[in-house]
Amino acid sequence: MYSFEPSEEQRMLIDAIHKFAAKDLREAAHEADESGAFPEALIGKGWELGVVQASIPESLGGFGEHSAVTGVLAGEELAWGDLAGAMHILAPGLLAFPVLTAGTDEQKQKLLPPLLEGAYRAATAAWVEPFFDFDPSELRTTARKEGDSYVIDGHKCFVPLADRAEHLLVFAALDGRTQAFVVPRTTAGVTVLEREGNLGLHALPTFEVKFENCKLPATARLGGEAGFDPLVLLNTTRVALAGMAVGVSRAAYEYALDYAKDRVQFGVPIAQKQAVAFMLAEMATEIDATRMLVWEAAWTLDKGLDATHAAALAKTGADDLTMMVTDRAVQILGGHGYIREHPVELWMRNGRGFPMFTGLAMV
Amino acid sequence: MIDFEMPSPIAKQRVMLQTVAENMMRPVSRHMDEHEHEIPWDYINFMQGAMRATSAGSLAPQEKKREGPRLGYQILAHMIETLSWGDAGLYLCTPGGGLGAAAVEATGTPEQKERFLKRFQGDSPILGCMAMTEPQAGSDTSSIRTTAVRDGDFWVLNGEKIFVTAGQKSLVETKGFAVVWATIDPKAGRAGMRPFVVEADTPGMTVTKLEHKLGIRASDTASVVLQDCRIPFGNILGSAEVAKEKTTETGFKGAMATFDATRPLVSASAMGIARATVELVKELLAQQGVTIRYHLPRQKLTHIEREVIDMEVMLRSAWLLVLKAVWMADQRLPNSAEASMSKVKAGDAVTKITQRAVELLGPVAYSRKLLLEKWFRDAKINDIFEGTGQINRLVVARRILGYSSRELR
Repeated sequence: MYSFEPSEEQRMLIDAIHKFAAKDLREAAHEADESGAFPEALIGKGWELGVVQASIPESLGGFGEHSAVTGVLAGEELAWGDLAGAMHILAPGLLAFPVLTAGTDEQKQKLLPPLLEGAYRAATAAWVEPFFDFDPSELRTTARKEGDSYVIDGHKCFVPLADRAEHLLVFAALDGRTQAFVVPRTTAGVTVLEREGNLGLHALPTFEVKFENCKLPATARLGGEAGFDPLVLLNTTRVALAGMAVGVSRAAYEYALDYAKDRVQFGVPIAQKQAVAFMLAEMATEIDATRMLVWEAAWTLDKGLDATHAAALAKTGADDLTMMVTDRAVQILGGHGYIREHPVELWMRNGRGFPMFTGLAMV
Repeated sequence: MIDFEMPSPIAKQRVMLQTVAENMMRPVSRHMDEHEHEIPWDYINFMQGAMRATSAGSLAPQEKKREGPRLGYQILAHMIETLSWGDAGLYLCTPGGGLGAAAVEATGTPEQKERFLKRFQGDSPILGCMAMTEPQAGSDTSSIRTTAVRDGDFWVLNGEKIFVTAGQKSLVETKGFAVVWATIDPKAGRAGMRPFVVEADTPGMTVTKLEHKLGIRASDTASVVLQDCRIPFGNILGSAEVAKEKTTETGFKGAMATFDATRPLVSASAMGIARATVELVKELLAQQGVTIRYHLPRQKLTHIEREVIDMEVMLRSAWLLVLKAVWMADQRLPNSAEASMSKVKAGDAVTKITQRAVELLGPVAYSRKLLLEKWFRDAKINDIFEGTGQINRLVVARRILGYSSRELR
C-alpha cells in the first residue's frame, strides 16, 4: 500500500535532528568551514542524537533496528544543517553499517559494541582512489592472499578522519573483485598522508592514505572467507549520499526562497518576479521528485531486494539536483550568493562533490 | 510509514489493462493517428463492456464504498497510465465522465452527482467533457466571456468554447454532457465564473469544428458554440447559493478544485507515453547488444547509457510525484501544490524523454514505421492542456511563497 508519510517515530527523530541541525550545525557551519573543523563537543552532541545507534540492534550495542528509510530521512535532515558536519557525525556508520550488513558474527560482536556504546569514536572507510576514472567495482588498490594473511597495497583519498579513526574499512580488489578489510590504523604499512584540501567539505578532515605491503589476518576480511557482494554496499552508499544531497538542496532552496521574499528590487520583492518565482517552483518540484526516488531506493534496500537500479536512479537524480538547486540559489542571491557571508556558496561547493563521495556515507 | 508497495487491487487491474493496451490499442494506434476524426468504436465499445464486466468503474473519480483505505485516485492514475502506454489519444476516448465528471465531482452537490454521473454506469458508452477555453481566454481562465443569464427556471448561455477534449464524442456521438464554465457577471472577473452542465442534444448548443492536431489525433478537440442555449436552472453546479452573484465559493475556486483533482491524472497519462518510450528505447538498444550498466559511476558510462539513465530518472521521479499527488487526494489532504508539481514535472519529463528518444535512435525513431515519432507528437500536449507548464509553475510558486494571485501575477 503506497504511503508517502514518515511514521510517527520517524517524524520525532526528524524533528529532533532538525532542532540540532538548525541550531548547532547551522550556527557553527561557517566558522567550521573557515577553520577546518567542527568543535568536538558539537560532534559529540550530534552523535547523541543516536542516528547510527538507532539503526543497530540492542544485542550489538545499538538500540533499534536497521532501516535505510529512517537512515535517509535522518541523513537529509543532518545534511540540511551541514554536509561536512553530517558526515563527521555519521562517520562511525562507515564501519558499522558494512559490518552489520556483511560482517561475520565475530566481526559484529568484536567491532560494533565498542563503537556504538558510549561517546563518539571515529571510524572510517577508504574506498575512493585519486584517479579520474575511479570505479568502485574496479579498484587499483589490491589485496592478495598470502598464507593465512591478506596483503594490501594501494593509494586512497577522501578518507574522512583517517588521522584518528581506530579502524579503517579498506576496499581493495581481491582477484579483481571489490572486497573490504577491517584495518587498524596502527597496522604496519598504513601511512596517513597530509590532510587534503578540497573544493568543499572544508570542515571535514579527509586524508590520502597509502597502503604498502600492509599485512592483515584472514579475519580482517569483511564477511570472512566468503567475502560479500560489493554491489550491496555500493547501493547502500549511493542511497545514503542521495538522501544527503536532497538535504543540501533543500537547505539552498529554502534559503533562496526566504531571501527572494526579502530582497526588494524595482520596488518589489524579487520573488514577485516570475523569472525568480519559476526558478523556485522548479527547485521545489525537483527536490520533492528526487526525494521520492531516494525514499523508494531506501525502501527497496529495506525490502532486501536488488536495489541497483533504484539506487542508480536516486544517485543520478540527486547529484544533478544538488547542482541545479545550489547553482540557482547562488544565482538568486546574485553577488550576495557569491560572497562567503551567505551559506549558499558553501552548499554549492559541498554539493559539487556528491558524484565522487562514494563511500563517504552509509545507511 | 513510507511504502512503495503497489496495492494488490491496482496490480491486478494493471495486468488486465496492460493486455487491453497491447491488444486493443497498439494495433490500431497508427491507423487512428492517420485517420483523424475517425471514431474508434471498437475500442470504445470494448472498454464499455470490459469496465462493466469487471466493475472497474467509469473514469469519473467516484469513490466506491470499500473496505480499507481509499484508493480511488490511485486506481485511476494507474489505469490512465497503463491505457496511455497503449495510446494516449485512444485513452481520451475511453467511455466515462472524463474531465466533465471530474468537474461535477469537484463542484456538484450530492444530488447533482447522482443525477449527472449515473449515466456512465449504463450499458451504452457515454463520454463527458469540460469546456473552459475560449478564443481570447486560454491560461487566463478568469477572462472568459461566455455568459449565463438567468431566465426564470432556466439559464441562457451564449458564447464560444474551443479546445474541448472529447467534445464531439460527449455531445454528438453519445448522450453525455459538457461542464461549461460561464460568467454570471462579466464585470466580476473570476468571482463571476460558474460551472453549468449542458447535456448532449440541448438546442442552441452546436459542435462547430474539430481541430487537426500535432498528436493525440484519436481524440477529438472540438469547438462548441452556445447560442441562446437554455438549460434548467438546477444545472448550475453547486448549491443554490452559487447562483447568487456575490458568492465566489464555487466560482473560480471550483475550477481550481477541479484542476487539483485532474492535473495528477493528466500527468499520469503523460507518464504512460514516457514509459512506453523508455521501454521501447531499452528494447531496441538491447537488440543491438547495448545494456545499461547501472552500477558504474557516471564517468565510466557511455553517452547512450547516460541518456537512458537520465530518461529513467525523469520518468520514475515524475511518476512518484504523480503517485504522491493522487495518494494525497485519496487521503483528502490538500494537494494543490503537489498536483501542479506533478503536472510541471510530468509535462517536462514526457516532452524531454520523447525528444531525446527520437534524437538517440535517429532514423529508426524518426521513421513512421515505429510509434516513437507519434509518441513525440502525442507527448507535447501534456505540457499544454490542463494548465500549461508555465501556469502550473505559477501555481506552485504561489503556494511555496505564500503569495496571492495579486502578489505574483
